[in-house]
Amino acid sequence: MTLQAMAVRRPRGPRARLNRKTLTGWAFASPTALFIGLLFILPILLVLQMSGSDWPLFAGRQGTNLPDNFQDAIDNRFFWPSVWFTLKYTLITTVILIALGLGLALLVQETTRWKGLLRTVILVPSALGLASASLLFYALYSPQSGPISPALENLGLIDDPISFLGTPTRALLATVFLVVWRFTGFYMLLLLVGLQGISPELYEASEIDGAGRWAMFRHITLPLIRPTLALCTIMCVTGSLLAFDQFYILTKGGPDNSTITLVQLIYITAFQGRNDLGVAAAISIIVLIALLVVNFATFRLMRSPEER
Amino acid sequence: MTNPTLPAPLSQLPEPTPPGRGDGPADDAPRSTFGGVFVRTPAWVLQGALVVIFLFPLVWAGVASVSPQAGSNQVDGWGFGNYRTLASYQDGIATYLLNSVIVSGLTVVFTLVVSLSGGYAFARFRFPGKDLLFLTTLGILMVPYATLLIPLYVLLNDLGLQNSLVGLALVMTLFQLPFATFLMRISFEAVPTELDEAALVDGCGPLRALIYVLLPAVKPGLITVGLFAFLAAWNDFITPLILISDTTKSPLPLAVANMRQQVMGIVDYGATEAGVVVLALPCVLLFLILQRHYVRGFMSGAVKG
Repeated sequence: MTLQAMAVRRPRGPRARLNRKTLTGWAFASPTALFIGLLFILPILLVLQMSGSDWPLFAGRQGTNLPDNFQDAIDNRFFWPSVWFTLKYTLITTVILIALGLGLALLVQETTRWKGLLRTVILVPSALGLASASLLFYALYSPQSGPISPALENLGLIDDPISFLGTPTRALLATVFLVVWRFTGFYMLLLLVGLQGISPELYEASEIDGAGRWAMFRHITLPLIRPTLALCTIMCVTGSLLAFDQFYILTKGGPDNSTITLVQLIYITAFQGRNDLGVAAAISIIVLIALLVVNFATFRLMRSPEER
Repeated sequence: MTNPTLPAPLSQLPEPTPPGRGDGPADDAPRSTFGGVFVRTPAWVLQGALVVIFLFPLVWAGVASVSPQAGSNQVDGWGFGNYRTLASYQDGIATYLLNSVIVSGLTVVFTLVVSLSGGYAFARFRFPGKDLLFLTTLGILMVPYATLLIPLYVLLNDLGLQNSLVGLALVMTLFQLPFATFLMRISFEAVPTELDEAALVDGCGPLRALIYVLLPAVKPGLITVGLFAFLAAWNDFITPLILISDTTKSPLPLAVANMRQQVMGIVDYGATEAGVVVLALPCVLLFLILQRHYVRGFMSGAVKG
């Protein structure tokens, strides 16, 4: 190795060893540094430049036009609807996923054979890709191929096939159901690990003191898994604010453009129709800043009272 | 052990306890008496419903992909007509499958090499800029994929890596680095320093110490990192959607999603279901085989907060 050869030529002594150790450290960190520099820092600088430039998809950079792209992004008729839709989707998904994840974690935390099996069953959908799961539900929800409409018809509950993705509300709820199916196991597992970290003595002591199940949950479990809950909330909010695959595949933004998320808007602006990378870059910077603000707020909100 | 909310030891989390004496505190209620059965029924109904809800879509996709349905290649009787549609779609499923295997394989290899080397550097060496580099690596998590993919689309074109599976794998590797670097760093930190110091005293270089002494010790961490990298790369949708425009270079998820609108706007649901099965099967099998290593990934995150 050349770095070692270089180090050997230096005079031996404490300082030389320090240098050599530093150089070796850098050498082992260099692949990470290369990735970070070329594929993370450089793209961030570029997207900043793009957001201030006239940058059609195929023609490339056409000069600076600074606030135009941002103005254009906010004036886009889909911008505010997609902001509200994304926030609504995030709120619904996060509340359901965290509540259900916690409930299921409490349900399956015992180490019995059956509960272990139940854990595995709830976790299996997490192994699927979100795109695969969306394609699966696309077929499952379809009136032609899916089993749900015929089953309900046979039971006499409905007369005509249901179009699960036919109205804005149904499309939203159908997508939420898919996401809950796919991600509940993931959050259940994270919260389960948090629950396992609570010392059993606490429960034993409180039981001796005559605490009921609810009191234990309220005063032991909940405060002690607060950090895990905060982590789950931040992950879930981040994932939901950046939702793309499920809507791109399941609803294509429809019906009537009612389910366009922010990331979909970026994609549409850049590659479908408008072909405007400058405006797409501007929206993605707005999304980046919004994400940082929301995560910071969530973090502040979920800190324990003592730290506040 | 009468309290049902009593948590199990951490080490027992991944695997169910052995059969027989595994039944825990909740089963202390008398099972044979009429009253016991009656009291327990709602819990069993609820848990049975959970099993059905979580397994039904998967089982249905498998069954529907081989069952007859109108508008597909499998109209009469059961059979593999939908898989034949898939096999003959455009360049054939073999092409897309191969693309997915190449991209996932490269992503796993890149992620393992970079995070092994980086984790070693962060855990065992002190050098200026170390904390900055580590925090920046974790910072990837805070930046939306789309915010990076728009400029990466331009950058990869400039580098001549447009429509390149290698370029795709490099970008997917970047997305894996926060988790992989973090996990490898704590894996190395869990190994006593005496182990590699002894090797260094014996005249091993740091590289040989890493490969011959430390590598076996951090192998479980590497398996977890590799599993997560594979699942992410195999399933990634938005990255190839933006970076790949040449359909012969599409990985499988993109090809199956595109296939839906090909035939005159009429969706071939049978072929879609077959595509889902091909997409899901490797993931489900890998998950079931390596479940223990999957769960470890979650523990590392939770331990540190």
